Amino acid sequence: MIKLFSLKQQKKEGESGNQQKSTRTAAQLRITKDINELNLPRTCTTNFPDPNDLLNFKMIICPDEGYYRGGRFVFNFKVGPNYPHEPPKVKCETKVYHPNIDLEGNVCLNILREDWKPVLTINSIVYGLQYLFLEPNAEDPLNKEAADVLQNNRRLFEHNVTKAMRGAYIGDVYFDRCLNSN
Amino acid sequence: MVETDLSKKWNYLRKILERSGPFDTEAFTPSSDTLDFLHNTCKILVIGAGGLGCELLKDLAMMGFKNIDVIDMDTIELSNLNRQFLFRRKDIGKSKAETAAEFINKRIPGTKVTPHFCKIQDYDESFYRQFHIVVSGLDSIVARRWINGMLISLVRLEEDGTVDQSSVIPMIDGGTEGFKGNARVIFPTLNACIDCNLDLFPPQISYPLCTIANTPRLPEHCIEYVKIIQWDKENPFKCALDGDDPEHVSWVYEKAQERANIYNITGLSYRLVQGVLKNIIPAVSSTNAVIAAVCATEVFKIATSCYEALNNYFVFNDIDGIYTYKFEAEKNPKCLACSTVPRMISINNPSSMTLQDLIDYLCTNVEFQMKSPGITTMINGKNKTLYMSTVKSIEEQTRSNLTLSLHELNLSDGQELIIADATNPNSIVVKLKFTDNEVEMY
Repeated sequence: MIKLFSLKQQKKEGESGNQQKSTRTAAQLRITKDINELNLPRTCTTNFPDPNDLLNFKMIICPDEGYYRGGRFVFNFKVGPNYPHEPPKVKCETKVYHPNIDLEGNVCLNILREDWKPVLTINSIVYGLQYLFLEPNAEDPLNKEAADVLQNNRRLFEHNVTKAMRGAYIGDVYFDRCLNSN
Repeated sequence: MVETDLSKKWNYLRKILERSGPFDTEAFTPSSDTLDFLHNTCKILVIGAGGLGCELLKDLAMMGFKNIDVIDMDTIELSNLNRQFLFRRKDIGKSKAETAAEFINKRIPGTKVTPHFCKIQDYDESFYRQFHIVVSGLDSIVARRWINGMLISLVRLEEDGTVDQSSVIPMIDGGTEGFKGNARVIFPTLNACIDCNLDLFPPQISYPLCTIANTPRLPEHCIEYVKIIQWDKENPFKCALDGDDPEHVSWVYEKAQERANIYNITGLSYRLVQGVLKNIIPAVSSTNAVIAAVCATEVFKIATSCYEALNNYFVFNDIDGIYTYKFEAEKNPKCLACSTVPRMISINNPSSMTLQDLIDYLCTNVEFQMKSPGITTMINGKNKTLYMSTVKSIEEQTRSNLTLSLHELNLSDGQELIIADATNPNSIVVKLKFTDNEVEMY
């Protein structure tokens, strides 16, 4: 039991100026840790437009194998004040022909929504995203057309991915060129 | 109210405060000073002027607390009037805090309730420090965590690292949902705080994005689809979705219904749409009354020391009969909010010591022995990254800080730094103590 202290003194208003603001938030404590210990595979780089703002940044993934080899995909990370109790909001800014990423950039990755746990880190998400490019999953489609093609005709899917990354129409959707070389 | 009545007005409190009793705490001395303290010195902050807030304000004012501040960012809606009894139909659209304050001040003469029609985040430490006790009736976990973090940041340490008890502002937190409610007493850093037991809150429901997009089975899936995907795509009102705007809700309802029809899903209703968009919690006035009364009693007990405070978590449920239970929520030693005790570093030459010198110190000092510390802090309310070597884009932009002195970096005496390093599973907090400083130390 906490010993009660006597409260019976006048509270000082606006105490002397040497009291420092210490607004360390759980999110800031955790993101500092996460970012400092980012352990990225060769294929990933980060870009912090404002180095003072660790809560908003871009993650660039350039897969070096699989269907998406040679592509360059930019993801926008927004870490909210409730991190790590809520996952960051991650959107793909590059239009990509992918069964698990829709044309608005929404990403279907379980740990970004229903399976998020506070023990997971920014690194876990990067691995998850990396995995999506290596193993696109037709079972959990967000872009149903792409998923159908992947399921029924892998060669056509591969062809479509390559074509899209060079900048082309697939069906009636235009995909911007997103090759790593430029 | 006639003057002569006033002398007898507080007799029921005098019977408790001016006599000793079997349950007094050690800190209690029977005296008329205590009532005087409640009337004239003690300052209480009530956060939220909604269902719990209205009850709390009434309870506290009737218990002799005369200096009360109330803060609420909301305005009064028609649906509040059944239980938020300080409000009338004519008040719809007005500030809850202002209307509640005006009502109490008029109804209970001598009480001075000061309203704040804004978010809790709009005020800083100098505002919160003026209160003896904070009592909250909130409907949001984010807001609870924010005030929790604020009160923790106000806790000062003595030279020897122990907590300066006069800097601890107790927080009483109440919450209700339908027929269930809870109340808890938090002494920031001394016992379990909001973040210590975050797992006690019900998890947020979220559905897999692919289910929402392709294989919806529930009416909720259809609503979520419209909310997450269709709204951004069609942006019908050229603004963010607002669960309070009936036009927005109707639009979502209509689109969700279209989607539900395609997938043969039944059970969609306007109310369900409102529920999913706003996460509406049903409110029962009697539960609010019980929980507010418990909270107000705790405020009274702590303010007067006439009885030991609740230790520390009270649960109430009257769905089927009445069930109450009390337990001691345990402090989580890994809590990011309250268990990060700042470690002191004395600096005797802040105008010549550079950031590089500080990093060298962190790497070589036996107590720290770090490898590649990343350091952030907060200056004038803004986050600032001082240095981080592990991330290329940040390293390049912060490298120039290394040769600057701590003064040049605008770090001041008492400054807190967040330091992350591979040698520690969590970030640590370091407090800089400038020993050459002419500013008086606390």
